[in-house]
Amino acid sequence: MSFTLLIVQTLNGLQFGVLLFLIAAGLTLVFGVMDFINLAHGVQYMLGAYLAVMFYALTGNFLIALIAALAAALLLGLLLEFTVFRHLYDRDHLEQVIATFGIILFLNQGVKVVWGAAPLSLPIPDMFSGTIVLSPGILYPVWRLMIIGSGLAVALLLYLLVSRTRVGMLVRAGATHARIVSALGVDIRRLFMIVFGFGTMLAAFAGVMIAPILSVEPGMGDSVLILAFVVIVIGGIGSMRGAFIAALLIGLVDTLGRSFAIDILRLVMPPSPARTVGPAIASMLIYVLMALVLYFRPAGLFPAKGR
Amino acid sequence: MNKLLSSVAAIALIGAAGAAQAQEKLKIGVVTTLSGPAAVLGQQLRNGLQLAIKDNGGKLGGREVELFVQDDELKPDVAVSKAKALIDRDKVDFVVGPIFSNILVAIMKPVTESGAFLISPNAGTSNFAGKDCNPNFFVTSYQNDQNHEVMGKYAQDAGLKKVFIMAPNYPAGKDSLAGFKRFYKGEVADEVYVPLGQLDYSAELSKIAASGSDAVFVFLPGGMGVNFVKQFRQAGLADKVKFLSAFTVDESTLPAQKEAALGFFGGANWAPDLNNAQNKKFVAAYEAEYNGAIPATYAFQAYDAGLLIDGALKATGGKTDNKDALRAALAKAPFTSLRGAFKFNTNHYPIQDFYQVKVVQVGDKFATSIDKKVFSDYADPHVKDCAMK
Repeated sequence: MSFTLLIVQTLNGLQFGVLLFLIAAGLTLVFGVMDFINLAHGVQYMLGAYLAVMFYALTGNFLIALIAALAAALLLGLLLEFTVFRHLYDRDHLEQVIATFGIILFLNQGVKVVWGAAPLSLPIPDMFSGTIVLSPGILYPVWRLMIIGSGLAVALLLYLLVSRTRVGMLVRAGATHARIVSALGVDIRRLFMIVFGFGTMLAAFAGVMIAPILSVEPGMGDSVLILAFVVIVIGGIGSMRGAFIAALLIGLVDTLGRSFAIDILRLVMPPSPARTVGPAIASMLIYVLMALVLYFRPAGLFPAKGR
Repeated sequence: MNKLLSSVAAIALIGAAGAAQAQEKLKIGVVTTLSGPAAVLGQQLRNGLQLAIKDNGGKLGGREVELFVQDDELKPDVAVSKAKALIDRDKVDFVVGPIFSNILVAIMKPVTESGAFLISPNAGTSNFAGKDCNPNFFVTSYQNDQNHEVMGKYAQDAGLKKVFIMAPNYPAGKDSLAGFKRFYKGEVADEVYVPLGQLDYSAELSKIAASGSDAVFVFLPGGMGVNFVKQFRQAGLADKVKFLSAFTVDESTLPAQKEAALGFFGGANWAPDLNNAQNKKFVAAYEAEYNGAIPATYAFQAYDAGLLIDGALKATGGKTDNKDALRAALAKAPFTSLRGAFKFNTNHYPIQDFYQVKVVQVGDKFATSIDKKVFSDYADPHVKDCAMK
């Protein structure tokens, strides 16, 4: 366990965290502003990846595929909002969960019908396909750095949007006092639609960025969705800043835990049980973290004010 | 698939018109995984068997075949109820399947206790090779440990000094690494178990790079392997670290891995380019029948299962009512396997050659190719615990 390895693993953790943030940002906005539990958010991440693969096959250009995939994901998201979600805003959480779970099943089968069950892949754009040398013998893929960079850029953009623009102000107000905002003459349905569309695009963006690294397959959004919920619960529901910090925290804890749990356990127990116990503890860490946060701060690390 | 079935049926009809015999149809059940991420493997199994029947003019052992295909959904409870339905409702004489070992363990009793024969074209657990061996069970693939042992033997013979080994954290993963270490006696840089279904390997890849290993050995089936292979290549490790694997780079995953897997090694009992006329014909026919897809081991082992049934029934004159005679006929393996030399051991598992295979590009597609023979006439070690002689 050397210092370079620690740096590399920290970068890996950051990359994972940034990805989680892109997904959790939309989820926390929708949950915070609209009080709507959207389990289908992970499916929108999957759709982003599939659409990018499709548009890449058509055009052969990653940038065009990215833009087209985002546009198509936005359209599909708005279509879902219009046909299904809109009718659920006033229902209770259980009904929202059941309905959006149904959408998961429907779309997971849907992509299988359209694109087949076999995993697909999206190549890394040539410009970013190399690796950089961090220290002799230790290479790091440029594309993972791109994910970190673009994720941080999106985070900054979101921060400016939410804290500096009129829409952002309404979103913040809507998160805590939706009825008053509505009473002041703001079309809350339209605001919801903007928020929802934006969240969909963020999830799709995450899907496109990760597609060159992971295989694109039905159900790829399901595991990510659970982690995204952990993020927004730790961060505080409705809080963008909380989602950002919690996502990075989870990314780092999970990655560093997986990398060093066995080495740390070896200090206190014989190697063979450490090998068995290590992976088990590593995969529990983030949930232990969530339990601790909920115990000491039941509303999350950065609760949205007024909730 | 309906088209396929109907074409098989049509051929069967033509055959029937020719033959004056009014013999009852031979009923064969198939239990395979046709949904979920592993569906590609299950489809290969089904396609391989259907092709064997088609190549025999819709007949096996001179009898028309009626095929009952069931999806086990990779759930043991579902598999058991479907296997029971095949036995009780459809009255099949043979069940061919499954892909996965946990399904095999589940359907073994319901199928074999009814008197039907179970022929596994893939899963081959150690218990059924040893102490739980079963007279009504035949395996046309391998015993599960063997492909991992091939890689261990290869690593040992090649004089690799330091190998990083990794598998999912479940029983087959532990068996895999144990199989590798049975033959590899050099230094193991680290032995890592990842959660089953893990998709991002960034943490493990950094560890591999930092360990300074000559090679990695991984057992990451299906989507896990697709992701690992891509990320291994992206991390710049492919030029420095030898890639050894089992069930990680094959024709079912290569369509997604493509160039990323070029030059990577696997252990197997067959490859599409295995040089014999019968195998060449099979590969060409498979590609023509199934939209240019190259067959993987699952397909060829299912094809061999079809040939096995055909050969045994020819020996019994097409009769299935005398189980002892049929069992004796099956045990003689009266067919020419696509892999060449093949015979059954006393535990009804194969004695066969094993190869190190390498990923190559064939036109615009990717396939494994025989690189080197590692074991000749290799039998699994569990046979000594089997009571059948």
